[in-house]
Amino acid sequence: MKKLTNKLLDWLNAEDQSVFDDAMELKMQEPKEEKEETVQQRMRDRLHIKDEVYSEGESKEVKVLRIIYRILAIILCGFIAYNLLIAVSWLPRTGEFDKPVNNEVSARYIEKGLQETGAVNIVTGMILDYRAFDTFGESNVLNIATITVLILLRRNKKKLPNEIEEKENDRLLEPKNDVILQKAATFLVPAIFLFGIYVILNGHLSPGGGFSGGAIIGAGLILYVSAFGFEKTEKFFTEKTQKVISLSALLFYCLAKSYSFFTGANELESHIPLGKAGAILSSGLILPLNICVGLVVAVTMYTFYCMFRKGEF
Amino acid sequence: MGPNLWANFGEAVSMILFCIGFANLLLHKNLIKKIIGLNIMDSSIYLFLALKGYINGHTVPIVVDGVQSVDAYINPIPSGLVLTGIVVSVSVTALMLSLTIRLYRRYQTLDLDEISKRLKKEGL
Repeated sequence: MKKLTNKLLDWLNAEDQSVFDDAMELKMQEPKEEKEETVQQRMRDRLHIKDEVYSEGESKEVKVLRIIYRILAIILCGFIAYNLLIAVSWLPRTGEFDKPVNNEVSARYIEKGLQETGAVNIVTGMILDYRAFDTFGESNVLNIATITVLILLRRNKKKLPNEIEEKENDRLLEPKNDVILQKAATFLVPAIFLFGIYVILNGHLSPGGGFSGGAIIGAGLILYVSAFGFEKTEKFFTEKTQKVISLSALLFYCLAKSYSFFTGANELESHIPLGKAGAILSSGLILPLNICVGLVVAVTMYTFYCMFRKGEF
Repeated sequence: MGPNLWANFGEAVSMILFCIGFANLLLHKNLIKKIIGLNIMDSSIYLFLALKGYINGHTVPIVVDGVQSVDAYINPIPSGLVLTGIVVSVSVTALMLSLTIRLYRRYQTLDLDEISKRLKKEGL
């Protein structure tokens, strides 16, 4: 009697599978297969419902308005192009010396630039000495863009720790240990880093500077990540690294240039030597400022890549 | 038309590029294509600025052999302006792309008309 009740309880709790074993065949359900015709019929029905019942599709008026909009847009663009071309045809001839663009400002930069800033590259001397606050603003624009992209695209780890989120995580899907890419990266990444550092350090002597060198280093970091995966970069580049590098570089830039402008405006003696023109360690503050800008740009490029790729570092 | 249209053909090309980018912005419904149009407009402005600073027969503004004469180098100011423009363009493009990603996550489409239709339906 006791055995029978136990068996009944098991059956009720669906623990005893042996009851079913002989009674029916356990079989996985086959995926539902649809014929081509039924699929097409379904799509037609859906379109029909969309058009006729809910009138979500485009009515005749909308189509006409759309055509009118396109014609008006093309006419507007043609009108703007015509006006701009008339303006261009009255501008002074390209490549001539006597035009209002070549005024005393550029003459001063060219004639006195080397003595006043110590930079052989006149453009670098201009953007990092005469107009250094402009470049400071640019670095801040980059930093603010990084912060905004972080706000918009960062994955919220606390909010959604479930498995679906884990499946969407790019890290599991990305190809691992691609031999060709890894071998190429072993040769290329150090060379790219060296070239970027060269461009930054020679910013006051040759074409280049913080912006281009920083972009080159950022490209090298991105190649490294693509080849070796995020596990390796996580060891030396996290969110904290980004914060520390950007903020300290911007802070140093701000303080150094404020000192330079303060002494210059009050005709005090500046304690920053300009050095011998043409040497690496010359031209006063331009070399450290170039390094700061390069760091900010490299960090920004890499952060953009990480955020767009998977939403975290 | 003024007398210098043929001499300024570089500027003319940059202006036509600007209008192509603007037409891209107006005619395409896809948000990514609109961003590409805005980038074409940016590039046309860089071309225009670079041409404004150019002077025939003069060389890049890097002092060589101690020559510091206005007759030797091109105008350095437009080069600095192009640098500013490139940085701002990179930031704006990244911002627009991230906003586009957020819009796509919310509405599952990149079509601006579709998005505005849904917005109207939601009563926003």
